[in-house]
Amino acid sequence: MAVVFDKPHALTDAPFHYCPGCTHGIVHRLVAEAIDELGIEGRTIGIAPVGCSVMAYDYFNCDMIEAAHGRAPAVATGVKRSDPNNIVFTYQGDGDLASIGTCETVHAAARNENITVIFINNAIYGMTGGQMAPTSLPGQITQTSPYGRDVATVGYPIKVCELLSNVDGASYLERVAVNNVKNVKNAKKAILHAFKNQVEGKGFSLIEVLSTCPTNWGLTPDKALKWLEENMIPYYPLGVYKDRYSGEGE
Amino acid sequence: MAEKVLMKGNEALAEAAIMAGCRHYFGYPITPQTEVAAYMSKKMPKIGGTFLQAESEIAAINMVLGVASTGKRVMTSSSSPGISLKSEGLSYLAGCDLPALVVNVQRGGPGLGGIQPSQSDYFHATRGAGHGDFHMIVLAPSNVQEMVNLTFKGFDLADKYRMTSMILADGTMGQTMEPVLLEQGEITQYEKPWATTGTKMERPHNIVNSLFLKPEQLEVENFKRYERYKKIEETEALYDTYRMEDADVCVVAFGIGARVSHNAIDEARKAGIKAGMIRPITLWPFPKAALKEAADKVKAFISVELSMGQMIEDIELATRCAKPVMLCNRVGGMIPTVKNVYDSIVEADKIGGDK
Repeated sequence: MAVVFDKPHALTDAPFHYCPGCTHGIVHRLVAEAIDELGIEGRTIGIAPVGCSVMAYDYFNCDMIEAAHGRAPAVATGVKRSDPNNIVFTYQGDGDLASIGTCETVHAAARNENITVIFINNAIYGMTGGQMAPTSLPGQITQTSPYGRDVATVGYPIKVCELLSNVDGASYLERVAVNNVKNVKNAKKAILHAFKNQVEGKGFSLIEVLSTCPTNWGLTPDKALKWLEENMIPYYPLGVYKDRYSGEGE
Repeated sequence: MAEKVLMKGNEALAEAAIMAGCRHYFGYPITPQTEVAAYMSKKMPKIGGTFLQAESEIAAINMVLGVASTGKRVMTSSSSPGISLKSEGLSYLAGCDLPALVVNVQRGGPGLGGIQPSQSDYFHATRGAGHGDFHMIVLAPSNVQEMVNLTFKGFDLADKYRMTSMILADGTMGQTMEPVLLEQGEITQYEKPWATTGTKMERPHNIVNSLFLKPEQLEVENFKRYERYKKIEETEALYDTYRMEDADVCVVAFGIGARVSHNAIDEARKAGIKAGMIRPITLWPFPKAALKEAADKVKAFISVELSMGQMIEDIELATRCAKPVMLCNRVGGMIPTVKNVYDSIVEADKIGGDK
């Protein structure tokens, strides 16, 4: 029988621990497909974050390192500088990348470190049980913003792609979403592009993936996808924010 | 045979690291160790190495973790306030069982403190370098030659035991110029099958990780680590002695404290007091056996420190409080004078217990 659909080789057989309806599984698969298509698994080293995807090291077949909270871009820098022929990616959530690790993120971009950053923005802290994230929307109710995110006291969400588009060093910045088939296909294209950039030595690429957290949003998976579309995409517009090599966003 | 060259401690240490095969340095400027970074920034690009001035001490230690994960020799250096920032990374290096060399050229604290020499990070280095149960191998140079030799030693021990070696120098050691012999024996190469260098599609993936959610498993990881520590305590303690053959009073000192004590002991001997010194070279493992043996022979110990009595605990533990332990110290960037130590020796000779 002809195989028409298979699991990417770059994913292990370990079952994901993610909640039903969580989009981490989709993004893991897209990353693995990109690694397969570029034939780079044997020289790829992934850096897992602290957050829901902390155990990503069990799910990718390439060599993996588990970094301290927010430090993945610094660890990736070390791995990349050790052997520039390695393909190095980080996989980070919004608390990891845009709160505790903002400094490491901005400076890795400023150095145009030749790495690929996969940034999962689901507007909430998942692993610790639904606290306010740096990317939680104004008015969003979380465990630590029970009356809704009050921008007068806790400030506004951080828009990572917009922020980094002002960093001269960054090469490629794109925001995608995984809430429907069309957007998943676009996300795949962006992630593949970000890895290809690295293979070609084009420097720092970051793909921000708008994702869902049904459990901590308190929504069913399908309603979570709708919430993403109606609330997150308007605040975090999709698209290419910078592409040094096509001139987009420059 | 190489000839001696006149070098500053920080620069000699940096050159020794390069000789030891270190090709990756990450750091952040802070007095009084910045010469290490400056030296590396000059040398590394010329030998195909990496010098990177990180955005913070936290980033620097995590870059070190990245290189260490790939199995290559790597280092960072800093001074006290910067070392506090590195503490998170030191804990992760320990939890991941990664070899690295970290240099602390200490200055006065706490807080921003000052920029003059200190030894007040003794507790940090020997006990509390970060969260969780772990140790670092702590090497305390007492002259510029040891800045060199202990750098060689530090890299070797780090690789041998898959852990961090820390050079715990005081500011004096970093800033002093002395003639040194830059000569290293053969470098032992250690197999690193655990390194994340890419699977080449030839082996299962390697994972460098400190997360173990099952408590039974995390317990085993800790027990295994402490088995290694036990072996290190039994075999790797280093120390030097001076005029201990017939000593009544035993000075315990390291770094610049030992240099001063050396002269004070000579003065005491001239005055008819039998003083000697045990100089720990490894602060962890602490040379317990040497101290214990001395406790049977001397009347009293004096801990000479640039800190508030931090080493006293180790002396009392090693000797099971068999003899009184006095403190002779200056802090905040001040250095004990020969007279400070001499006066303590005279006092210890009077109050000391029976031999």
